[in-house]
Amino acid sequence: MIATEGFQLMAHLLRRAGFGATYTEIQEQLSEGYESTIETYLQPSDSDSRHLEDDVIRRYHSDIHESRIPEAPGSQWVYRMVTTNSPLEEKIALFWHGIFATGFSKTQQGPSLFLQIETFRELGLGKFDDLLLAISKDPVMIMWLDNQDNHKGAINENFGRELLELFSMGIGNYTETDIKECARAFTGWTLDNAEYMEARSLKASIWPYGGIAWHYDYRDEDHDHGAKEFLGERGNFNGDDIIEIICRNPATARFIARHIYDFFVADEAPVPQWPYVPPVDPDAIEILADAYLQSNHDISSVLRVLFNSDFFKQSRFARVKCPAEFVVGALRLSGAISEPTLEINEARAVIGYMGQFLLNPPSVEGWHEGQEWINSGALVERVNFAAKQLSNVDNPGVKNIISELTRQTEEHSTPEFIVDRCLDLMGPLTMTEDDTKFALVEHVANGGDLNLQNLDTDDNSLQRVGDLLGLIASTKEYHRT
Amino acid sequence: MSTNDDRAVVVIQLTGGNDYLNTVIPYNNELYFDNRPHVYHNPDKVIKLDDTLGLNPSMGPIKDLWDEGNVAIINGIGYPEPNRSHFRSMDIWHTAEPTKVINEGWLARAIRDIDPSGDNVLTGLNLGRGLPRALACKGVPVASVGSLENYGLFPDARDEAARLEILNTFTRMYGGTVGRDAVSEFISQTGNYAIKGADTLRTAPQKYMSSVEYSANPLSQSLRDAAQVMFADLGTRVFYAQHGSFDTHGGELPVHATLWSEVASAIGDFTDDLKEHGRYDNTLILMFSEFGRRIKDNGSGTDHGSGGVAFCIGGAVEGGFYGEYPSLKEQNQLDGDLRFNNDFRETYSTILDRWLGLDPVHIVNGRFEQFNFI
Repeated sequence: MIATEGFQLMAHLLRRAGFGATYTEIQEQLSEGYESTIETYLQPSDSDSRHLEDDVIRRYHSDIHESRIPEAPGSQWVYRMVTTNSPLEEKIALFWHGIFATGFSKTQQGPSLFLQIETFRELGLGKFDDLLLAISKDPVMIMWLDNQDNHKGAINENFGRELLELFSMGIGNYTETDIKECARAFTGWTLDNAEYMEARSLKASIWPYGGIAWHYDYRDEDHDHGAKEFLGERGNFNGDDIIEIICRNPATARFIARHIYDFFVADEAPVPQWPYVPPVDPDAIEILADAYLQSNHDISSVLRVLFNSDFFKQSRFARVKCPAEFVVGALRLSGAISEPTLEINEARAVIGYMGQFLLNPPSVEGWHEGQEWINSGALVERVNFAAKQLSNVDNPGVKNIISELTRQTEEHSTPEFIVDRCLDLMGPLTMTEDDTKFALVEHVANGGDLNLQNLDTDDNSLQRVGDLLGLIASTKEYHRT
Repeated sequence: MSTNDDRAVVVIQLTGGNDYLNTVIPYNNELYFDNRPHVYHNPDKVIKLDDTLGLNPSMGPIKDLWDEGNVAIINGIGYPEPNRSHFRSMDIWHTAEPTKVINEGWLARAIRDIDPSGDNVLTGLNLGRGLPRALACKGVPVASVGSLENYGLFPDARDEAARLEILNTFTRMYGGTVGRDAVSEFISQTGNYAIKGADTLRTAPQKYMSSVEYSANPLSQSLRDAAQVMFADLGTRVFYAQHGSFDTHGGELPVHATLWSEVASAIGDFTDDLKEHGRYDNTLILMFSEFGRRIKDNGSGTDHGSGGVAFCIGGAVEGGFYGEYPSLKEQNQLDGDLRFNNDFRETYSTILDRWLGLDPVHIVNGRFEQFNFI
């Protein structure tokens, strides 16, 4: 291991705040500095972006455009994750998607799902109240949790319940009566032409209106204007009042803090166990919850505290990569995809095979994360995908790794030296177990001398380097971040 | 009579909370129509089973099996103090533990008892993405297969010689059973299961022949994969598949009809295949959902409720009604829901004891009465 502590820390930040970075990218950020990199990431800018604009995709890449096939909005999102220059913008969208888990299975509405992700990008790093309000008015969320059926005098409590259980405070901080009062406050929050849109969506047809995004509509005459008692407060509350009350509740601060910790620092117990199982690091949750309350619920402020904290810096490889992180990370490293081609569809599909069908979570409760991402089927998918990406010596990112490797090695470099260089260029990855590194070194040694100085003419050596990089992407350590 | 050793159980999870009242329908009960002014089935269309109960009109293939005497309908199934959160209620069914949160799945514990040394990594097989908690337990190998056809490690290696070298190194990298931490050990172990399972599973599609053409829906395809593995005699005893989403808060009638027609055709295809291969008498299908739904509809759908229905289907199953159909009368309701009258662990215990020949007590966390459907 030659990579310095500073280099490793920067690599850690870029994995967590984004989807990992190449050797060159880490060096660039290192010259900018750690704290300054955090600020850059916290202020996403789309200038100098590498991806095509959505309207261009719509016109010229109909294969992955949202209106054509159900999975298309997921593909479009994966394309953005792979190509963005503002990785935290996509990472925070992924974070919120895991919480406000909305799915195609019921809504049959690609364009609106796509716009929900856009909402996460725009508001996901801002004030939580604004995000929660936007999501409560988000037409595809309304349809997902049936708020178009939530009427004055005939409530449908689905949205009201999940708002409290899954989107803000968590079980144990409110009563069944609070749920009903909450539902009453959101009566009249519906979508334009709801009955017709619902009928269309149930027919699972994309035409004529299926391909056009839904719109939010507030119907005052269907809103229950009566007095409500919610979390001990009394008033003629409307939905925005409820959100205001929820967002300043300390339970919300702790619940959101724990989610942020789980996603950015270290795997927590599964969410349904939270009422019964204490956090991994209760002090960290308190620090993050304080940051939330002190900053008037500003998510960027919470993340700034988090990324600068010791508990974050010491959390290297404490999380199991979720499938989107795993696949997007491998693709950004291999440089295999830069255009919205059909390969993006494959990448989106394989994320699904690994257990994370984007924009189609198994239920409103999102996915079981952490160690539960790993089972023998998912592991086979992960290993096969990463090995294919990183062993392909024609991929631009792999070419860059190999040319840097050539620069850093000599004709008589030992297998161990070569393996160490590769681990640095692929991460840097820390091989926590001797078994792994020993097996890699043996693998190189067993193949005979490996000379990296004449790869232009020595195709066998080139392929062997490819095999080695593929194997490194198959290690236990590569599954973690 | 088959021996316990070649009997298989196939669990089908109906995800999202299946509406019991519109699955097994009390088609001449006035209270049904009073409570369901919008979300009800016309009695003329209901597939009648007896003078009071009938199946959802989309469940034709299941009625055929019922007529053959091999469908047990367990009415009023549930557990005390019902939880109306999908996540928690599903966890309760998966872990067979309603009162506290635990991580071990009931089927994983059954697999551990079937194969205590974990010799066969294919004793349990999940068909589909991700691993349901019912099958999850530290130290219990379970294969999870999205698609049987392209299952294996390093299929993209440049040639077979390279693939074998890579696989050899991979095996060594994952070989250490003592790791830095529990997660690392878990990944190691899973890698080992994958290596063992992948090579074996690859052989199943090659051996498979059948005249049954399965429907295109995902559950049918999963059950076709199950049939292929079962007929290849790889020692798989527990299969798991799921279908959904049954979370019909809105627009229930058309969605619920589509779901049940998919499930029923999948069951029809699968049982046809089992019969063709002489496996129907050795296979028991259990179908369940995490909860039923409210008695009253909400105008276009139904909200989360309690009290539900489970089905057991197979050549060795003594068909008929078990449990009691819950009363719809207001004084008998539980906060607007159906009251359960038999604990789902009675059904689990019956299957574990009478079908798989296992001691159910520690698997379902208690001693429960059993049914006579086996």
